[in-house]
Amino acid sequence: MPSEGPYVYAAPIYVDVEYSIGSQSHKSIEKKERVLIGRMPIMLRSRLCTLNGKDEAELAKLGECPLDPGGYFVVKGAEKVILIQEQLSKNRIIIDSDSKGRIMASVTSSTAETKTKTVIFMEKEKIYLQLNQLKKKVPIVVIMKAMGMESDQEIVQMIGRDPRYSSLFIPSLQECAMMKIFTQRQALEYLGEMVSMGKTSSDPSVKVEKACELLLNVFLANVPVKQGNFRPKCIYVAVMLRRMVDAVLNADTFDDKDYVGNKRLELSGQLISLLFEDLFKNMNNDILLAFDKSFDKRSRSNPPNFIKYIFPDTITKGLEKPISTGNWDLKRFKMHRKGVSQVLSRLSFIAALGYMTKVSPQFEKTRKVSGPRALQPSQWGMLCPCDTPEGEGCGLTKNLALMTHVTTDDEEGPLIYLCYTLGVEDLELLSAEELHSPNSYLVIFNGLILGKHRRPQYFSNAVRRLRRSGKIGEFVSVFVNEKQRCVYLASDGGRVCRPLVIADKGVSRIKDHHMKELQDGVRSFNDFLREGLLEYLDVNEENNALIALYEGEATEKTTHIEIEPFTILGVCAGLIPFPHHNQSPRNTYQCAMGKQAMGNIAYNQLCRMDTLLNLLVYPQRPLLTTKTIELIGFDKLGAGQNATVAVMSYSGYDIEDAIVMNKSSLDRGFGRCIVMKKYSVKQETYQNNTSDRIVRPQMEIVKGELRLDPKMQILDADGIASPGEIIRPHNIYVNRQSPKCTRGESSKLLDSDYRPSPATFHGIEGETTVIDRVALCTDIDNKLCIKFLVRHTRRPEVGDKFSSRHGQKGVCGTIVQQEDFPFSERGICPDLIMNPHGYPSRMTIGKMIELLGGKAGVSCGRFHYGSAFGEPSGHADRVEAISDTLVKHGFSYSGKDFIYSGITGCPLQAYIFMGPIYYQKLKHMVIDKMHARARGPKVMLTRQPTEGRSRDGGLRLGEMERDCLIAYGASMLLFERLMVSSDPYEAKVCKKCGLLGYYNHKLKTPYCTMCKNRDNISSMKLPYACKLLFQEMQSMNIVPRLQLTED
Amino acid sequence: MPRISALDMPDVPMGQLPEHLELQRTRVLCGADAPTHTEGIQYSGAYASMEVDIGLRIENFCRDFRIDVIRLTEDEMEFDMVGIDVALANAFRRIIISELPTMAIEKVLMVSNTSVIQDEVLAHRLGLIPIEVDPRLFEYISENDSPNEKNTIVFKLHVSCKRNGPRFTVKSDQLKWLPKGSELEMETGVKSSIKKKYTSFSCGQDTLPELSSKPIRVKHDDIIIAKLGPGQEIELEAHAVKGVGKTHAKWSPVATAWYRMLPEVVLLEEVEDEMAVELVNKCPVKVFDIEDVGKGQKKVVVSRPRACTLCRECIRGEGWENRVALRRVKNHFIFTIESVGQLPPETLFTEAIKILEDKCDRVISELS
Repeated sequence: MPSEGPYVYAAPIYVDVEYSIGSQSHKSIEKKERVLIGRMPIMLRSRLCTLNGKDEAELAKLGECPLDPGGYFVVKGAEKVILIQEQLSKNRIIIDSDSKGRIMASVTSSTAETKTKTVIFMEKEKIYLQLNQLKKKVPIVVIMKAMGMESDQEIVQMIGRDPRYSSLFIPSLQECAMMKIFTQRQALEYLGEMVSMGKTSSDPSVKVEKACELLLNVFLANVPVKQGNFRPKCIYVAVMLRRMVDAVLNADTFDDKDYVGNKRLELSGQLISLLFEDLFKNMNNDILLAFDKSFDKRSRSNPPNFIKYIFPDTITKGLEKPISTGNWDLKRFKMHRKGVSQVLSRLSFIAALGYMTKVSPQFEKTRKVSGPRALQPSQWGMLCPCDTPEGEGCGLTKNLALMTHVTTDDEEGPLIYLCYTLGVEDLELLSAEELHSPNSYLVIFNGLILGKHRRPQYFSNAVRRLRRSGKIGEFVSVFVNEKQRCVYLASDGGRVCRPLVIADKGVSRIKDHHMKELQDGVRSFNDFLREGLLEYLDVNEENNALIALYEGEATEKTTHIEIEPFTILGVCAGLIPFPHHNQSPRNTYQCAMGKQAMGNIAYNQLCRMDTLLNLLVYPQRPLLTTKTIELIGFDKLGAGQNATVAVMSYSGYDIEDAIVMNKSSLDRGFGRCIVMKKYSVKQETYQNNTSDRIVRPQMEIVKGELRLDPKMQILDADGIASPGEIIRPHNIYVNRQSPKCTRGESSKLLDSDYRPSPATFHGIEGETTVIDRVALCTDIDNKLCIKFLVRHTRRPEVGDKFSSRHGQKGVCGTIVQQEDFPFSERGICPDLIMNPHGYPSRMTIGKMIELLGGKAGVSCGRFHYGSAFGEPSGHADRVEAISDTLVKHGFSYSGKDFIYSGITGCPLQAYIFMGPIYYQKLKHMVIDKMHARARGPKVMLTRQPTEGRSRDGGLRLGEMERDCLIAYGASMLLFERLMVSSDPYEAKVCKKCGLLGYYNHKLKTPYCTMCKNRDNISSMKLPYACKLLFQEMQSMNIVPRLQLTED
Repeated sequence: MPRISALDMPDVPMGQLPEHLELQRTRVLCGADAPTHTEGIQYSGAYASMEVDIGLRIENFCRDFRIDVIRLTEDEMEFDMVGIDVALANAFRRIIISELPTMAIEKVLMVSNTSVIQDEVLAHRLGLIPIEVDPRLFEYISENDSPNEKNTIVFKLHVSCKRNGPRFTVKSDQLKWLPKGSELEMETGVKSSIKKKYTSFSCGQDTLPELSSKPIRVKHDDIIIAKLGPGQEIELEAHAVKGVGKTHAKWSPVATAWYRMLPEVVLLEEVEDEMAVELVNKCPVKVFDIEDVGKGQKKVVVSRPRACTLCRECIRGEGWENRVALRRVKNHFIFTIESVGQLPPETLFTEAIKILEDKCDRVISELS
């Protein structure tokens, strides 16, 4: 947990350095172990973090909260989250059509060295290649020839001999022939002509070299070329072409860019490793440079110490800065990303948790596209269908679902070897004709074509069996694509996957005794995984699986069974009881609102020094819980209270979603909250080595009595306000004094050389706030910094915002005495009254069931459950069962009670739907927002009233309001608003030249500088801003002249 | 109630209302969908055209009015109030909740509080603790009154948790009554020799005869005030004053006070055999019983109508509304007072009557 200041949570990186000294003849190898090369910021609760694996007691000792999810970094005293970045997958062929309707196949190649993009597209029936390094499009056949495929027959064979394929490819072949390019040499020369990189030279051999280099390093850079063998690349191109032609013949074969299987999520580890790699290489270069420089000067007999050229600061600072600013700039990979890291919002526990699952989009948010924003069927179980913001980021910013796992890179070598042992025929050994022979499937591993296999099903089953037995990584995926006749294997990082129960012919592998052992704690989830009862499937492999939602629904063909359907939702949506009974936007609204709810933040919330902390005095756990709530610990860190709600109209102060509240409930602590705000005071040091000082409060003599200034009453003897004191506006909380002279020589300063510069509190007028804590610390530039946490306890008032867990927000409309509130036959008086008009249009049936379930829960003393889709599996109570419980305890099955009016005492003419609903108090409170002014400060430049509440600004009568007044004809009001009450000014205007003059105080007359006289000046009233406009126009050589007439 | 043509109606004796009107006037009919005829008829001449006067006569009232105490424990009372208008019953309820004075902690002087619980929250919690003292012995304190023995009760709370010891739970029994008033000295900011206390008691409260026999204490000893960790300490003084529940719920002498109208369950037709068993089983609070009428025949009787909670299970389902009628008697109130503990519930009710009396007197004197 950070305490601000320069603190960075990082660990040292040690390396063993080995270098050789001396010439060839007497070389000696120097070794040095554990050399510090920098410090790596450590993610909290990661494997290297000290908190990893600690139990609750150990964490408590360290002052940490066991429910904190971790996953963030602490840099420069701030908690930073590196957001998950969404990207299109690398090194994969994507068939797509562009805006002009051209079919294109693109591959974004990413290797350790470079990142390139290869696009092959079809235009006027001919196929071309497009690269950034090429001046213009190049026919693809030319490229094939340049790579040594001189025979047209072989090219066609590679694409496929089917007459439909070859007929579509003929125009491309013809074009190449027309260009008279038949040999590799000719093709390379032509290509060299087109290459835009490097120097231009007319020498054909240079051109050929350039073309070769292009083909080697830029064109499909992900396909390795061993010993100048371009055949793999040729085959790769052929596969691309085949898929393009497929797309022409059958529009179904286009790839969907929004399909989650075509996406990769970049986690903080990958981002930091990129950064580290770059910095490490830079550091090596720097060392080499510095070493070379000094080595020349020294005598050879005294070999310099290599180690001392290692400066750990490069890496330390280089890692810290991007994390703290969020700007990822890597020149090598052309990466310039902003906002990668964000400050962790500790507004509520849920907000912090929500941050960890947030996936930031690949597109800019301003794009007006609907495709990427739409809910993808492939998001099922991977990304939460509810949790997305409203507005510009809608559908682009996503959140992970509850059980999603994002893979990390797995080693490729052994897996490739395994594929060959499992019967993959090597690409090298295949002729062009054999490539697409009808009885075989291509095997593609991480985007790389390995070869083909005659029995794809056997092959994929073998890989799966190995994975289930733990012989290969559990996140390796195999996917047989029947349509493309390919077997895709993937072990790359960033794929989203989720665990599923394996079923053999529809029979779950998890048996009752397994579950019992799990409950007893003998087995864990990981044991299940290791024993092959569960496995992780990624989005692509899910296409090969038939997944049953429940065990009972499994058929012969079922391969997997879902663990629990509520896990398709994320953490924020998991708080909603019965979300599957709500209209879907309501769940989305609640996901956003749950993050604003006040409650507990962490177990160590009172030890933290946050800039703003909202706490509920008496938070409760919801009566109607879900499994997600228990899993994430929301029942231990609640953010709301179970309020007894009566759904009825009352008093008219409940229209437009307003809530009527019971005053006695508020008196007893309902909705009471604590707002803590941090104020810090710095003890400044100046250029001349002088510094501020903090002194004890001075006594002053008033009417012959020695007295303390009432403003300084809360100060301690050390001049700093003490904790527990009530602090009011205009009170001084640090009695600071600054030296009068901060430049030049400094001598011994006397008391008289200081002027008071106290820190005065500007709080809410008329409110009682208390100093909660005072902390003294040094900040980044070694200055003393005094931090105050000022606490304000607030009871709800009219205008405070409340919300249930179903996206039903409302403000408190009025507060009513308990005796005026309706009461039931059992004497129950609701805590708040909600207007029934909130239901029909919103269709939040979940809220109604929550009320019923809550009521049944308090009656029978058992927490009821409302997990999403939980009724069949018993994670949600059925309405019928709830109704039965209600009847058993003497309530109506419908939850409607016979209610007496508190005002007349008569029974109401309707039965009232009444029961407990979990209500959240949201952070928006009137006291922070209400604002009005009669007169106040003005802006210096325009002399108009300031803007905004924080500056005590005026309320603007804008142009639309102005239009209304004009239309209405209220000219005097308009005049008063725009002239008198804003920025009236009396200007001196010269009648003759029409320009502004001024009042000459020496001559005591108005004067025109243009006419150089005082004869024709008259004075007129106009807004100061208008006068300013004229002068500004004059400054840019526009002369506005006023034509004055007498009336 | 089935609709009958006016011509077919039986003749009604003079001075009496027809049966259905009488029912509407005196009963709330609780249908399956909504209660009807919930409001009473206010106007005495409402049935004047039928030559029926429903005006209240004092002799009738005296004859019919009755209070039966059903249950009386230390802090709970249930009684029947029969023959009174709903407005008056409600007035008593409202007065009990919000206008009966009690003593509650209003001012807390913190000397030291190093516990995790914030000063304001601690003060709020202290305020809600019921104090067992008769408020009639005290006076209200106004803004410029100085606290004295007649308007203020002072409590002291000084607890600490030992270092290296286990956590300590502060309960309400730790609050100690200070009959001699505040022990804290006022900080004036002016350095003078005269030390002023926060209260100015002229005599100890324990010398008062009413209090000497029964010292002031909190009603419940086991209310958790705070929890202290090792080394933490709370030292404070709490001043209780007189107030009413209208200002703050802590002065309300009751947890709640309410009434319900007497349930009346009527069988509109005989319910027999299987239906009888069904009806008896339907009711979760056992309002109905089965009576053997011989020959293995069963008949339902309404044996415990008072227990009815109006769950409406008995009239749920096809046709049941024609067999069973749920009603409430409009002038029979089952009144429950749940006292918090300052005053016994029966006293609360008599006090409420006094306050209503005062109010009436005030109205009369203002009007005359």
